[in-house]
Amino acid sequence: MQAETDHRELRRKAEEAKDKKAAFGEDIDLEKFKEGSKDLEKVKALSELGDEEKQTLLNAGVVPSEEGRSGSFVLMDESVVHSSSKVQGVEVMPVSEALKKYSWMKDYYWKAVSPEADKYTARTFMEEADGYFIRALPGAKVKAPVQTCLMLKGKGVAQTVHNIVIVEEGAELDVVTGCSTSKGVERALHLGISEFYIKRNASLTFTMVHNWSEQIGVRPRTVIVQEEGSTFINNYVALRPVKTIQTYPTARMEGRNCFSRFNSVAIAHKGSELDLGSRAILSGEGSRCEMISRTIASGGKVIARGQMIGKAKGVKGHLECRGLIFGEGGVQVAIPELEAYVPDLEMTHEAAVGKIAQDQVEYLMARGLSEDEAVGIIVRGFLEVGIRGLPENLKKEIDKAIEHTDMKSM
Amino acid sequence: MLEIEDLHVEVGGRKILKGVNLSVMAGYTNVLFGPNGSGKSTLLMSIMGFGGYKVTQGRILFNGEDITKLSVTERANRGIGIMMQRPPNLVGVNLRNMLQVTAKDRPAPAEGAKELDMERFLERDVNVGFSGGEIKRSELLQLEAQNPCLYLLDEPESGVDLVSIEKVGHKVNELLHGTSCAGRKGRAGKAALVITHTGQILDYIEADRGYVMCNGTVMCSGNPRELLQEISKMGYEECIKCKLRLTTVN
Repeated sequence: MQAETDHRELRRKAEEAKDKKAAFGEDIDLEKFKEGSKDLEKVKALSELGDEEKQTLLNAGVVPSEEGRSGSFVLMDESVVHSSSKVQGVEVMPVSEALKKYSWMKDYYWKAVSPEADKYTARTFMEEADGYFIRALPGAKVKAPVQTCLMLKGKGVAQTVHNIVIVEEGAELDVVTGCSTSKGVERALHLGISEFYIKRNASLTFTMVHNWSEQIGVRPRTVIVQEEGSTFINNYVALRPVKTIQTYPTARMEGRNCFSRFNSVAIAHKGSELDLGSRAILSGEGSRCEMISRTIASGGKVIARGQMIGKAKGVKGHLECRGLIFGEGGVQVAIPELEAYVPDLEMTHEAAVGKIAQDQVEYLMARGLSEDEAVGIIVRGFLEVGIRGLPENLKKEIDKAIEHTDMKSM
Repeated sequence: MLEIEDLHVEVGGRKILKGVNLSVMAGYTNVLFGPNGSGKSTLLMSIMGFGGYKVTQGRILFNGEDITKLSVTERANRGIGIMMQRPPNLVGVNLRNMLQVTAKDRPAPAEGAKELDMERFLERDVNVGFSGGEIKRSELLQLEAQNPCLYLLDEPESGVDLVSIEKVGHKVNELLHGTSCAGRKGRAGKAALVITHTGQILDYIEADRGYVMCNGTVMCSGNPRELLQEISKMGYEECIKCKLRLTTVN
């Protein structure tokens, strides 16, 4: 009964927020987008997909053969096309199924992200969006990553997604998510709610590759809740052209001695506006956070935000954002913020924006490399710092993106 | 191989080199002495063609070709290589990768890292957190991969500990005695222009000619060991007198 009352209350709030603009990012008129298809055909294995779809998966770091993966989940528009777990200790299913299976899901569903946060969360709530539910059972050390893909297929669609990840006590989980657009989709929208719960002494590594296309708007809303001694590593990669992304994942580090790290690498091509933030609220004693952002404005605009809010003693944090600008028209905005509410903590930040260092370019030229080769190597190295520890196939993607980036007019 | 004619160079609007003349013949190793701030490093950086080193007068000839206006890459590809005093950090580029791109399609020399005790640095970012001596050894490895005809070495022994200096010295000697170099085939005889403060490197290489630089010009030249002895005995103040004497004699 209580649950129903709660749900009604959430619905009322969401309705109220249906026109509420987000705090950041260009306002998107949701009326212009239709609901995504909910009845696309399911496949038993990703290998059954067509070649073009497989390529779309690969481009976003998702392996169609499912080799070396603990599980896979693919959402096309709003249809769950595939969902499977290959190992014991990890559950992969649609959120809609998890809600039916587990009564305790009410303790997680819309508990980290509020439906009334803005119009995007409200729309996702109202549509009762589906998405992936991934749960690592207590103590399970899930070696190979679970891969998920959120794909936009229909033109003019606003895809709404709601994901929930739970890493139970002492468990370890690695999730790789590739977000991608089918060939030929010009204008579309992705609204993605993600709620991650990392229990005591558990660890989650979450890698997201955004591989959208020129006319796509993207509004993810992610909150991570961390218990004592837990670890959260977030890798974010966005190197291809996109119209607008605004994201501000927030780690609520509530337990003692939590650790979180946010690595972001992004390239803003001409016509792209990327408003990328990372936020950590460190309210558990002795918790630590690192944020590293490496961005390139190649004709587009990057706003790199980072916010650390220290509320407990012994908290430590360091925030580092560096941005390069190539050519005219590119914009880099770095906004690091530190807030301390107790005396016994230490948080630092460094930010730097500007053009590539000429002495580094010439150093490589003095070894016989052309100027373009030298710039390529330095940019690769610049981004490398933000993505250390990423799988090899993703690094190859990054090399490809660098090749396609216009760095001539330094 | 290298001819510097009446070279004037400005750095950030300040005149640093004021008419330098010197030459290095193929097969020769010449040494540059001089007090701090006399323009020795500026001379090497100008020969390599780095931005910020503006040639206002004079020219640089390499194998008979005027290279004064060539880019850094073009100079490197003609066979000039430099060991810098303070090379920049290359964050995200490890030394192994650096050696490979420097060697281009040739295999990167494999033994050098072992000889110079630098194997554990191959996976480290170039120069990041390297000590003075480690920078020298890393620069030497890069030069080995590059295999130039003319070596511009800026204080190869500075910051190198007493144990490593022998390795560094032998490596420099070995590189200078190579017979072929990138960009040219067959013709034997590499050359070097070496800056040294202490002269320690002279225990390992056979230096042919020494130059003393003071205040942006070459004050005197002669047998490098004799010059070093005089400098150790009397200091650089004697340069000025030396210059005076030369002027009087000439």
